[in-house]
Amino acid sequence: MIKSEPIPANTQPRQQAEKYIPGEAGVWIFIFGDMMVFSIFFIVFLQHRSQDLPTYLTSQLTLNPHFGAANTILLLTSSLFAVLGLKSLRLNAFVVARRLFSLAALCGVSFGILKIIEYSQKILSGINLTTNEFFMFYFMYTGIHFMHVLIGLSVLAFMIHKTRSHTYTDNDRIAYESGAAFWHMVDLLWIVLFPLLYLVK
Amino acid sequence: MATDSSLRSTLILSRETATWLALVLLTAASWLLAEEYTAPHLQNVSVQTISSGLIILAFIKIRMVILSFMEIKHAPLSLRILFELWVVGICATLLVMYYH
Repeated sequence: MIKSEPIPANTQPRQQAEKYIPGEAGVWIFIFGDMMVFSIFFIVFLQHRSQDLPTYLTSQLTLNPHFGAANTILLLTSSLFAVLGLKSLRLNAFVVARRLFSLAALCGVSFGILKIIEYSQKILSGINLTTNEFFMFYFMYTGIHFMHVLIGLSVLAFMIHKTRSHTYTDNDRIAYESGAAFWHMVDLLWIVLFPLLYLVK
Repeated sequence: MATDSSLRSTLILSRETATWLALVLLTAASWLLAEEYTAPHLQNVSVQTISSGLIILAFIKIRMVILSFMEIKHAPLSLRILFELWVVGICATLLVMYYH
């Protein structure tokens, strides 16, 4: 592989006073757009819920909030690992960064495993997204979110591989920060999904 | 270049770890609040109050993820305002929709 001269990297942690857009500017349009799509999901859910509250409340009782809470903690922790991974890169600690991104991915995989167990339990007990309106929303929204988790895991895998270059040029920084921002969005969306579907009565 | 142990403390004793801890505690608080539905310890708290509290807690957490983890607190003001408005706007919208 041909290595070009890296542009001198900013190895200092960013100064508090300096304003910057993390990652690629365009990724924020995508992130905000995705958040708006999910915002519409949340609004539509509450609108339909108010029209058939008893069904929603009884269906919600079959959900196991322990899964949801564990998943929240897993994604929060994975976001922390991703942030600490970025910090390590800024200090040129590439091996540490790779380990931290790997830990973030491990948390993401654990989330996925719990989700699969949870879905299996439901489906094996005869509940699926055609059962009623609540379960349609439950499976669709957590399912679309799960797809975002899978995309996020690919992004993390890319970041993990990228640390092998042991470079942190401006272009590298943009890639890492964009990837981390997407992963935080995945975390953020679940923070609303969990109480909305599992807890709110 | 940081030594191993000073790197470890830079990472573990960072603002971001403190933010994570706060987020975990807020998650625990939400859990405890949700228990008030079926096993109330607080007096005269309605279902609606608990639900509103859960929604608000969720958006407090989201704001922390946005400002700290996504580093928007260091972003140009216009981007920050956009996200702050979204947080307030969607939280308020969901609260209104919940009550109707």
